[in-house]
Amino acid sequence: MINRIFAWLTDGAHWQGSDGILRRLVEHLGYSLTAVIIAALIAIPLGLYIGHTGRGRVFVVNLAGAARAIPSLGLLFIAVLWLGPKFSGDIAFLAPAGLVLIVLAIPPILSGAYAGVEGVEPDARDAARGMGMRGPEVLRHVELPCALPLIMSGIRSATLQVIATATIAAVVGLGGLGRFLIDGLAVRDTPQTASGALLVALLALAVDMVLALVQRFVVSRGLTGRYRTAQTFDSDAGVTPPAPALQHSA
Amino acid sequence: MKRTRIALAVTAAAALFGVAACGSGSSDPLAAGGSAGKASSGSIVVGSANFPESALLAEIYAGALSAKGVKVDKKLNIGSRETYIPALKDGSIDLIPEYTGVLDQYFNKNAKATTSDDVYAELKAAVPATLTVLNKSAAEDKDSVVVTQKTAAKYGLKSIGDLAPQAKNLTLGGPPEWKTRPTGVPGLKRVYNLDFKTFRPLDAGGPLSVQALKNGQVDAVNLFTTDPSIADNGFVILDDPKSLFAAQNVVPLITKSKVTPTISAALDAISAKLDTATLGQLVKEVVVDKKDPAVVAKEFLAKNNLG
Repeated sequence: MINRIFAWLTDGAHWQGSDGILRRLVEHLGYSLTAVIIAALIAIPLGLYIGHTGRGRVFVVNLAGAARAIPSLGLLFIAVLWLGPKFSGDIAFLAPAGLVLIVLAIPPILSGAYAGVEGVEPDARDAARGMGMRGPEVLRHVELPCALPLIMSGIRSATLQVIATATIAAVVGLGGLGRFLIDGLAVRDTPQTASGALLVALLALAVDMVLALVQRFVVSRGLTGRYRTAQTFDSDAGVTPPAPALQHSA
Repeated sequence: MKRTRIALAVTAAAALFGVAACGSGSSDPLAAGGSAGKASSGSIVVGSANFPESALLAEIYAGALSAKGVKVDKKLNIGSRETYIPALKDGSIDLIPEYTGVLDQYFNKNAKATTSDDVYAELKAAVPATLTVLNKSAAEDKDSVVVTQKTAAKYGLKSIGDLAPQAKNLTLGGPPEWKTRPTGVPGLKRVYNLDFKTFRPLDAGGPLSVQALKNGQVDAVNLFTTDPSIADNGFVILDDPKSLFAAQNVVPLITKSKVTPTISAALDAISAKLDTATLGQLVKEVVVDKKDPAVVAKEFLAKNNLG
């Protein structure tokens, strides 16, 4: 079986053309990244607001938790039957698939955002207030940077789930790597199905590594304790090096 | 101590992976379960493909056999032909409702016959040694290429061949297996010289296909001729003068070793009573009126004194 999968993946013909692996990879990434970006645009501001003001916390937290339990494939069929007749052209399938993936991506990002803001050290908030910042300034200059590790963690989690689930787009006739899974199953071409599954897993891992890199550069070093050179502290002055705000990397 | 534990864990994981990799060997992990699925002798497992009419026919067969005292197990909505024929061959299912034309083309790569009797004769010769077909019924349900009224009027379409000049601008929809099937995309190219711009894989003549045609995601779609949605939406079935879709009579495909006089008598009686109009009506009750296929099957059998 492993030989057959390897043979299928290394067959040049499978990589080119409108049905090829490259085209499907690009489509899959397109669906996934669009969904995550839209979900982030909705969830991050909402999460920051809830974390900062504490309003609507219970309601939104429970809603996000419940939304995680929604079965994506079932929601997809409902969305196609409901939205399909309203549109013509490709949108009739793209809109339901996009909707399902966005619903899937929102809870992790939302959780990361409000948990991140809530978890900011009270000392930091106090210091900001002491420097004369009020409300939105505190949020922008202090709380958001401190919350970034958890926000990035939420985004990475959401991206992983969406890439894995975007295979369901193929069930309603769209493209993406799910095409190999569905078409392979329909004609019992097991190497095709297994290759599709393997490609999805590899893509998810690759994108996660890219996001880890992004996280490394975006999150302030004061939080992660990651310094290029060792900090030296004058022992006479009796100052101890600051402990990193996090004991682990998100 | 910690290093030893890590080393042990890695070795165990590698060993498991190695066993899994070699153990699968050449067997197909998607193959239907072997002996675990076989029913005991004297009973029969009825399967069906993944579209409503097949499930309905399977329910009818199952109902008639139960009425004659045969123990019946049902395994409905298995998948496409490429999936359930191996299940038949390895004994996971014993009986499935089929269609003479496409089944003949599946077993016989050089199938030529197009009329009902010719196809049936060719099929009987092509069926593998362990399987057999019983009597065919008059009921037919063919694949067809369907377009909307608007498309037909716009391009003056009456038969499938009329699509040839327009095909490169049009999208065809159908079940995913149509991409490689001899009666699907390759067949349309071979017989009618159609090269569509794109092929959109949907479902086997189900709601996705109907909706895609209605809303313009596809210009032509594969639907089954008994589908009530065709009449409901005013779709146009394109003629098939070159008989790409040969005669498709409903016929029971059964494992030879499972045939008993009781079973073949019961199934032949059903085939005698089924015709295209009746089948169309029954399918309408399931698809449009949303009645349970088991209930529709029971009513049909009662009406014809078969159950």
